[in-house]
Amino acid sequence: MPGPIIDLSIYDDEAALLAGLRRHDPDACTCLVKRFAPLVYARALRLTADADEAEGVVQSTFIKVCAALPNFDGASSLGTWIYRIATNEALMLLRRRKPQIALEDVAESLQPDEVPQQLHAWSPDPQRVALDGELRAQIEQAIAALPEPLRVVVLLRDVDELSTEETAAQLGISPGAVKVRLHRARLRLREALAGYLASRTEGAHDPHEPSSQPGTLPRARGPVE
Amino acid sequence: MAQLNDYLDGELPAGLCAELEHHLAACPDCRVVLDTLGQTLRILHHLDEAPPPLPPDLEARILASLRAG
Repeated sequence: MPGPIIDLSIYDDEAALLAGLRRHDPDACTCLVKRFAPLVYARALRLTADADEAEGVVQSTFIKVCAALPNFDGASSLGTWIYRIATNEALMLLRRRKPQIALEDVAESLQPDEVPQQLHAWSPDPQRVALDGELRAQIEQAIAALPEPLRVVVLLRDVDELSTEETAAQLGISPGAVKVRLHRARLRLREALAGYLASRTEGAHDPHEPSSQPGTLPRARGPVE
Repeated sequence: MAQLNDYLDGELPAGLCAELEHHLAACPDCRVVLDTLGQTLRILHHLDEAPPPLPPDLEARILASLRAG
């Protein structure tokens, strides 16, 4: 049941919202949560792949945001700042779940390269970037299915668009490990989406005949012939 | 495969770029992988544009915990 209707449009302007928050205006607090909680929750859910933990991250994020507001200097936008706090909260939770072992990096570099299996073209779809409900569900599911080390890297690099160096620093791993994990994650996501998108383009004119032997792609080991 | 990823990120050295492009011209499978990898990235880049709505009551619980604190 929705609460009393309040006009939050007075806080559409970020400066006004900040002023309201500093005055401890409860309406400003409501506006803050309404505006930013969906993004924070989506973020937390993607990183943790657990709805209960994601909710915990949202709670702790907003508590920290409210406590740190006096120190917010406006160097970035409020949204960016909140998003950063949310990412840190989620990553701290992941670290508490299972300590990172440096051995992981070694183990990953010894695994064979993943070879793409799905070789059907996808029809280029300008609407795709708008992410209809079904495609969104597919990608979110594919992301949730990734092993945690791969999932975290692809979220920071490809959704947040942090650099390799920034991602490495945030996660406490080497830039080389970031690249290996990112490449694996992207290939797995591609495979997961290909199954869904290739079937959607069936029947569309596709001049390219897929190779009958998946797995014949050359390994990347230097200049190609 | 790592080359295709580096190529998409603009991190492949120029010499290897030329080699890869030469290979791509002759290899339809690699072209498909490159194209679909690029589309995957575009989908990821747009993921945050319209976050899904909060589960019901979560907003109320957050506000309640902030007021209690």
